[in-house]
Amino acid sequence: MGDSQTVALSDVSFDIAKGEFVAIMGPSGSGKSTLMHMLGALDTPTSGKYVLDGQDVSKLTDDELAEIRNKKIGFVFQAFNLLPRRSALKNVMLPMIYANIPKNQRENLAKKYLEMVGLGNRLNHTTNQLSGGQQQRVAIARALAINPTIILADEPTGNLASAQGEEIMDIFKDLNEEGHTIIMITHEPDIAEHAKRIIMVKDGKLISDKKNKQKERSKSKN
Amino acid sequence: MDFLELLSSAIEALTLNKLRTGLATLGIVIGIGSVIALVSLGQASQQSVQSQIQSLGSNLLTVLPGSQNTGAVRGAEGSTTTLTYDDAKSISTSPQITDVQTVSPELSRRAQVTAGGNNTNTSVIGVTDAYAGVHNLQMSEGTFISAVENQTLAKVAVMGPQAAADLFPDGSDPVGQTIRINKLAFNVIGVTVSKGGSGFNNTDDTIYIPLLTAQQQVFGVDYLSDISLSAKSADVMTDAENQVGYLLLSRHKLSDPTKADFSILSQSDILGAADQVTGTFTTLLSGIAAISLLVGGIGIMNIMLVTVTERIREIGLRKALGAKKSTIIYQFLVEAVILTIAGGIIGMILGIAVSFLISVLIHLPFILSGFAIILALCVSGGIGILFGWYPAQKAASLSPIEALRYE
Repeated sequence: MGDSQTVALSDVSFDIAKGEFVAIMGPSGSGKSTLMHMLGALDTPTSGKYVLDGQDVSKLTDDELAEIRNKKIGFVFQAFNLLPRRSALKNVMLPMIYANIPKNQRENLAKKYLEMVGLGNRLNHTTNQLSGGQQQRVAIARALAINPTIILADEPTGNLASAQGEEIMDIFKDLNEEGHTIIMITHEPDIAEHAKRIIMVKDGKLISDKKNKQKERSKSKN
Repeated sequence: MDFLELLSSAIEALTLNKLRTGLATLGIVIGIGSVIALVSLGQASQQSVQSQIQSLGSNLLTVLPGSQNTGAVRGAEGSTTTLTYDDAKSISTSPQITDVQTVSPELSRRAQVTAGGNNTNTSVIGVTDAYAGVHNLQMSEGTFISAVENQTLAKVAVMGPQAAADLFPDGSDPVGQTIRINKLAFNVIGVTVSKGGSGFNNTDDTIYIPLLTAQQQVFGVDYLSDISLSAKSADVMTDAENQVGYLLLSRHKLSDPTKADFSILSQSDILGAADQVTGTFTTLLSGIAAISLLVGGIGIMNIMLVTVTERIREIGLRKALGAKKSTIIYQFLVEAVILTIAGGIIGMILGIAVSFLISVLIHLPFILSGFAIILALCVSGGIGILFGWYPAQKAASLSPIEALRYE
């Protein structure tokens, strides 16, 4: 690339409050992946600031970022990214190992979160014995495992059939009702519709940031 | 993440992919096992050859009658009759000879020997009482030929165990029985202890009779086939050789040493030649061992590289979930160390077992080379750990985004 810099994202500024359910939308190449990497503390901005939970994350070292990811961010990936050949329980317990949660508490916590996503009867199934939807639910339980500040989902339904996708979205809605902050990256409008707020990015710029009217309406009906 | 946790997660990762773990271990096992087995084999055969030569007699010098050169015609070595009993006597009595301990004049021929209905063609050696000492000959029963029996031309014989077995196949005790050498009756007075060996130079397939009896009554000659000498110590072998050489030259009235009608062969010459041969053999085996170590090392390297490469996504995931770079490196390092230790122990046991088996099967002494064991363990272990660590630290340095995207 030589000396020229490719700017993936610039002049993007927004706040997300605790308890929000935000969808970040945009076509491929819009910079939404870069945005997701920033929000997930997987990468730091070359300039600008990212304040998470009152802490400026933009200038941290790799190890400090690892700790932020471990303590404050629960990832849900498009490709699930579970450890192969291990049980659902083991997968959910993985981030707890890095968070130094005492060994005797891990299994109970993992059980609790797996029950929350409806997999109470699949605790010891290995990942290859689970369907795609079930694997993504294990991934959500894993994201919950360290009680994160935000749950960051990157195209969580991208690898799933639409029925399974709906199930995942229902889980997200329930978690949001319980007070979890959820940020979801997607390019599918009907998935984004589940969120309460939709941020649109295009060509590295923020082009709209608005409350989801439809969602508000359906909520006021209830 | 404490050490126990690292250890248990490493063991879990290793047991989850048994094929990969097995292959990695196999590389280390073969690398270490083959080196240990090959080097042990080489050293065992070297020692075996050495001990066989030493069993022929220590500090041994052999004077052989040499060919007399008459113009361009050269007679066959050993065919001449230049050595006599008087030569041998003068070596033991001359005041110039200070470094020779014992002198054993010998006349060796093959002859047909019978006992009852059995007969054999065997080597018959006429000897004096000095023979047993010079050649390390032990008696299993009876006595060896004495000086008196030699002087009185006694018809007594001492048998090697192989000759005894050939002539008395029913296993009866040969001592006190009569055997016939060239139709002359001899009384058997002793049997020697087996020294091993085979073929033409089998010291077990031999019958010893008094030298003068052999010369005057059995074979009708007045010369010797050789004179064996033992030097006073291994350090004076060369001095003894020179003293005997000068004495025999003057007795044979020769002034030019290059025209000597005899030659002197020392045990150390034979040992040196044999050492050279077995040394070459050991070097060859060590070369093969080094190649197997190299091949084993490349095998370990390959499997370790593959192991880490196919787990880069896992590394990315672990980093995304909060694992620090150092934690990832420790995890892979612990896995590599476990693999290497397990493979090292199995390889060592296998290498030792194979060397033992070979030593039993082909009757070699069982020798373990501590150096080979340590070298094999260090090289394979080093390669295993280095190539477990190096790609892991590279992968751990990737950003979690790159690692997760790795195909």
